[in-house]
Amino acid sequence: MATWTWFHKLSSPPHFYRIAGKMIPWYAIPAALLIVAGIYGGLVAAPADYQQGEAFRIIYVHAPSAWLSLMCYTTMAVAAAVGLIWRIKLAHALAAATAPIGASFALLCLVTGSLWGRPMWGTWWVWDGRLTSQLILFFLYLGYMALRSAYDDLQRADRASAVLALVGVVNVPIIHFSVYWWNSLHQGSTVIRKDGPAMPPSMLVPLLMCFAGFTLLYAALACVRVRAEVLNRERNATWLKELSPS
Amino acid sequence: MNPVTTSLGRAAWLVLERDLRLALRRWEQITHPVAFFLMIASLFPLALSPEPSQLRNISPCVVWVGALLSSLLALESLYRSDQDDGTLEQMTLSGQPLPVLLFAKTVAHWLLSGIPLVVAAPLVGLWMGAPERTFGVMMLSVALGTGVLSFLGSVAAALTLGTRRGSVLLSLLVLPLALPVLIFGAKATDLAMRGESPAGAVLLLAAVLILTVTLAPWASAAAVRISLE
Repeated sequence: MATWTWFHKLSSPPHFYRIAGKMIPWYAIPAALLIVAGIYGGLVAAPADYQQGEAFRIIYVHAPSAWLSLMCYTTMAVAAAVGLIWRIKLAHALAAATAPIGASFALLCLVTGSLWGRPMWGTWWVWDGRLTSQLILFFLYLGYMALRSAYDDLQRADRASAVLALVGVVNVPIIHFSVYWWNSLHQGSTVIRKDGPAMPPSMLVPLLMCFAGFTLLYAALACVRVRAEVLNRERNATWLKELSPS
Repeated sequence: MNPVTTSLGRAAWLVLERDLRLALRRWEQITHPVAFFLMIASLFPLALSPEPSQLRNISPCVVWVGALLSSLLALESLYRSDQDDGTLEQMTLSGQPLPVLLFAKTVAHWLLSGIPLVVAAPLVGLWMGAPERTFGVMMLSVALGTGVLSFLGSVAAALTLGTRRGSVLLSLLVLPLALPVLIFGAKATDLAMRGESPAGAVLLLAAVLILTVTLAPWASAAAVRISLE
C-alpha cells in the first residue's frame, strides 16, 4: 500500500517537479566526480594497451555512450508502455525527455567509434555489424523524435510516439541480430564475459567509473528535461502560478 | 449501438473484398509502384556501369532496394482515402475487433502492392543479368518480405494519419524497422546466386513475417484509435 501511495505521489506533476529539482545535485555532482576521475584514470593513469597502444583510450567515452544509448531506448520504451497502459502523463514526459538524450549518446558513440576505427581498422567507417546496428538505433531515435514533432497536440504525440517506441523495442533485437548475422568485424565484449573482464584493474576501474558517471549524468539530465516538460505541459496549472508569483 | 450481426470472418472478408474491388477500379494504384520499381532498377546500370559482371553482383541489392522503396510509395494509399471519407472511423465504431479488420486491409494491401512486385522482380533480375535459377528464391523472398513491409508499414501509416506531412515521416519510421527484411531478403537471393542453399535466410524472413503478422495489427489498431481521437 505504502509503495503505491508513493508511486502515485511521484507521478503527480507538482510532486515530481519538486522532488526532481531536489535530486538534480544528488545526481549531477557524483556524475561529475565520477566522470572526471574516470576520464583521468583512463586517459592519464591507465597503461597503454599492448596491442592498440594509446588509441584504446577512447573506450572510456565510447563504451559508456553505447551503453547509455541502449539504456535510454529501453527507458523510453518502458516509460511509453507505462504511459499508455496507466495513462500517466509524467511517464510520457519522461519518454519525451529521454529521446534526445539517447540520440545524443548514440551519435557520440558513432563519432567516437569512427575516430577509433581510423587507427585500428585504417578507415573512418566500416559496415560492421555493431556500428551499423548503432547507426540504426540512431535512426530509430530520429524517427521517434520526428513523429513526436509532427503532432501539434501533445497528448496525441505522446500516445502515437509511445506505440512507435514499443514497436521499435520489439524490433531492436531483430535488427541487432540480423545486422550481426550480416557482418561483424567489431572486437568482442571486454567487460562482460564468461571468464571475467579481459582487462587489468588499472584499466577496468576507470571504465566502470565512466559507466556509473555517464548513467548518473543521464539521471541528472533526465530530471532537468522532465522538469522542463512538466513546465511546458502544466503551464496553465494553478500550482505553477502559486510557485512563481511573477 | 446495434448488436453485431455479421460474423468476424465475414466482416474481415468484406473489408478485404472491398479494398480489392476499389483498387481494381483504380489501376494506377497498382501500376505506379511497379513503374517506380522498374525505374529505380534502371537507375543502377546508368549510375554504375553497363558492365554485366558488376550488374550481376549487385542484382539482389537492386531488386531489394527497389522493392523496399516502391512498397513505401504504396503505403501512402493504405489508410489515407478511408480516413478522408470516414470509412476508417466507421470501422472503429462497427463493434468488430479493429485489429482483425486492419489485418484484412493489410492483407489486401499486400496482395495489391506486394504481388505485382513479386511478378516484376524476375524482370529486374533479367535486366541485371541474374541467373534464371535464382528467380524462384528471388520471388519467394520478395513475397515474404513485402508481407513484412506491408504489416510494418500499416503501423507506421496509421501513426502518421494524424499528421500533416505524412510521406517523408512515413519513410523515416519504416526504413529503420525494415532493415532486417532487406538484409535477409538480399542475402537469400545472393546465396542462391552463389549456388548455396538460401534456406537459412528464407526461413528467417518467414519467421520475421510470422512475428510481424502476429503483432502488427494490434499496434495498427492502437495507432488508428489515437489518430482518430
